[in-house]
Amino acid sequence: MPSTRDIRRRIKSVKNTAQITKAMQMVAAAKMRKAQSAALVGRPYAQLLNEIMAEAATRTVGFDHELMQPRPVVKRAVILVSTDRGLCGGLNSNIFREAMKLDKNTTVFVTAGRKAAQFVGRTKRNLAAEFTYKDTPEFAEARAISKFVQQMFLKGEVDAVDILFPRFINTLTQSPTTVPFLPIGKISAATAGVNSPAQELPASSTTDVFDFEPDEETVLGELLPHSLNFQMHQILLETKASEQSARMVAMKNATDNAKEIIKSLTLEYNKLRQANITKELLEITTAQMAVG
Amino acid sequence: MAATLKLEIVTPEAKIFSDDVEMVSLTGIDGDMGIYPQHMPVMTQLVAGEMIARKNGENIFLAVGDGFVQITGQRVAVLTDMAIKADDIDEAAAVEAQKKAEARLAQKLSDEEAATVRASLVHAATQLKVKRLHRK
Repeated sequence: MPSTRDIRRRIKSVKNTAQITKAMQMVAAAKMRKAQSAALVGRPYAQLLNEIMAEAATRTVGFDHELMQPRPVVKRAVILVSTDRGLCGGLNSNIFREAMKLDKNTTVFVTAGRKAAQFVGRTKRNLAAEFTYKDTPEFAEARAISKFVQQMFLKGEVDAVDILFPRFINTLTQSPTTVPFLPIGKISAATAGVNSPAQELPASSTTDVFDFEPDEETVLGELLPHSLNFQMHQILLETKASEQSARMVAMKNATDNAKEIIKSLTLEYNKLRQANITKELLEITTAQMAVG
Repeated sequence: MAATLKLEIVTPEAKIFSDDVEMVSLTGIDGDMGIYPQHMPVMTQLVAGEMIARKNGENIFLAVGDGFVQITGQRVAVLTDMAIKADDIDEAAAVEAQKKAEARLAQKLSDEEAATVRASLVHAATQLKVKRLHRK
């Protein structure tokens, strides 16, 4: 039977926890709004990039680029995108559960975010490189990752590259998603706008072929890596949005939970207090009767 | 003039410009280009520099960064990492950015960092160039 003092102490500690989780919830909510809008402003760019790529692809005849060539896949690289910090519900564990399903021997991991690096180390999988990114992911950070895997692909170290990341669906839902990164399948399928649904592009009625200045190879040779970099950047932004949303929800649950516990503890405390008073009263009256 | 071009300038941060214009002039990788309606379809790389859009006979000057341009007879689509109207350029800030970037370049940097710094240096220099050209 806990004493009233024990219960009081527990209430106090739960209250402290609730205060902290509440604060984290507020911070995450503020950051979430920022991260979500950051993920959204890239949309027009992504859309236009998509259009240009698609149009360029349909209007050039028989163009091939080494980043587009599919090979039989022996070794596969996976870019594992996670958060840096925990306390964001099942976000990271969901990602890692997906990662566990991949063949240990034929998969090399490239990680973005501290949790992913820790996971790969802990489960003793092949790690090619680990990258970090800041709270507001910068384009340069995305470019570093994207460049690295392009090099791997071109050198033939890996035959395909996928990205595994928590796709942001809405504030309550984030689902681990794998998207192919390399080789670039059909150009028109390049989903630079990570979240936007694949758009039906208006079939260009003009049959004229695009002129390229200086020439196809140069322009597309620049455009393809650029679109990959951009895609990577969008994914980092989206991961951030997912992270903050997941954290906010997790912290809200924790706060609600703590409040629930405080309520039941207070009830228990009051019951115990009243029982004690009754007991004391009883003792006093019995003592009085004995004396009198 | 009836015929117009739809000019769209988009950066990763925002849609900077989207309007019908009569003429666009920009710096491509092979040199300056003047684009009028019914231009033949061209795709090229954009080089940091000045871009002029003429609307209702008035010229709008912009400073743009590296990127891509897609031209069809009716539309000019510009994808770039920076685009700013000459009027909106903050000269002091650009000078500051230029100095900072130059100082950073003097240090030892990784390739990635150097590329970023060089890009911001180009941005600052372009902004200054455009601003000074059109100082009123």
